[in-house]
Amino acid sequence: MNVKAKLGALANCTPWTREQIAANAARDIPEGFYVNLGIGIPVLVANYIPPEREVVIQSENGILGMGPEPPPEAINRWLINASKKYVSLVPGGSYVHHADSFAMIRGGHLDLCVLGAFQVAMNGDFANWSKSATDMPSVGGAMDLAVGAKAVWLLMDHTTKDGESKLLRRCTYPLTAVGAATRVYTNLAVLDVTVEAFAVREMAPGVSFEALQDVTDAPLSKAA
Amino acid sequence: MINKIVHSMAEAMADIRDGAVVLIGGFGSIGQPNALIEALIEQGAKDLTVVANNAGVGHVGLARLMEVGRVRKIVCSYPRTTDPVVFEGLYRAGQIELEVMPQGTMAERMRAAGAGIPAFYTPTSVGTLLAEGKEVREFRGRRYVLEEAFHGDVALIEAWEADRWGNLTYKSSARNFNPVMAAAAALTIAQAQHIVPLGELDPEHIHTPGIYVDRVMRVPYGEPTVT
Repeated sequence: MNVKAKLGALANCTPWTREQIAANAARDIPEGFYVNLGIGIPVLVANYIPPEREVVIQSENGILGMGPEPPPEAINRWLINASKKYVSLVPGGSYVHHADSFAMIRGGHLDLCVLGAFQVAMNGDFANWSKSATDMPSVGGAMDLAVGAKAVWLLMDHTTKDGESKLLRRCTYPLTAVGAATRVYTNLAVLDVTVEAFAVREMAPGVSFEALQDVTDAPLSKAA
Repeated sequence: MINKIVHSMAEAMADIRDGAVVLIGGFGSIGQPNALIEALIEQGAKDLTVVANNAGVGHVGLARLMEVGRVRKIVCSYPRTTDPVVFEGLYRAGQIELEVMPQGTMAERMRAAGAGIPAFYTPTSVGTLLAEGKEVREFRGRRYVLEEAFHGDVALIEAWEADRWGNLTYKSSARNFNPVMAAAAALTIAQAQHIVPLGELDPEHIHTPGIYVDRVMRVPYGEPTVT
């Protein structure tokens, strides 16, 4: 089946928006988790964690207990997140230097990191830093986060704009980490990495398992 | 009497040589010592290797140092920032060398340099392009990549407060790479918004003790901007 025909099977579905993808991930973060949110869709996750649920957000530039963007009159011009946007510090928050920030990350202290990705494979390999040798490679903290956090969730579109699957049997772009991703939140579904397949936990309104498989290169299974 | 306070940028920049490895603090423009970078441009050292998290924004500070042709190579984790116009132009034209390092590896390599550790094993980058050619060893069933300490000839640091011994504090997330780089270079030069009398900084809250700092220049520039 060609790409257009595949997408035709999804003509009547309502894909989740970026905000809904972020809200889906936020819904699944338990109270008490220490979480790092990467740039792109992942930073939006913070907007959807209910204020009564205490989740401690870490930012790689040395913030533990990062709060939302402040109103203009309350901006601290020395306080930015990994996307270089103004943020705030919640009560109980602290600052550390970069080596300590990454000791936190690499040392297995984070319960979760949420990252964007270009591609993910069914064994948990993923790619999010370089598309080719001529691309300007920008790795940032992704490789450290991927190996350090106890769980790695990827927030991404299910396919490229041309309809090519981003959930693959094997990644073709340079890897960020080997076998690190544990769950994927896309605009079409929420899926767990199980090595043999992506296990579908949930689908966007109007998406059927068969139609989802048609636009997914890797095999799918139904989550228990 | 120990007095690390200098009163001119010429004094601050003395002895920086062509070909030096210069560690520059900051994450984006926050915590980036722009006045010292401007002074380095003035001083004229060239053929530099610069280590910084990003590759400069707009046409100021680090971006300007590159624009005037003083940087042979940049070592950073994330060159693709909001406005890396200068770096991008030089990179596409093949006029600057780029080495991309995972951010945590970059920080730890400099931390190791400052701490007298020649090399260490890290799980970061195992099985990726950035581990190619590096020794991989297994500990307790997991694979790790050998990374070497990264020393600087010079570190340019931005602090909030300083005293004449070179004790420093930083403000909020402007701390970032600054304390790590201060310890990793042979010559550490800090710009500080405030100079306070010795003994005034709370010893419980000094972030960088003066042993790591060689020169301090007062630069009360006010508030940084993100771009």
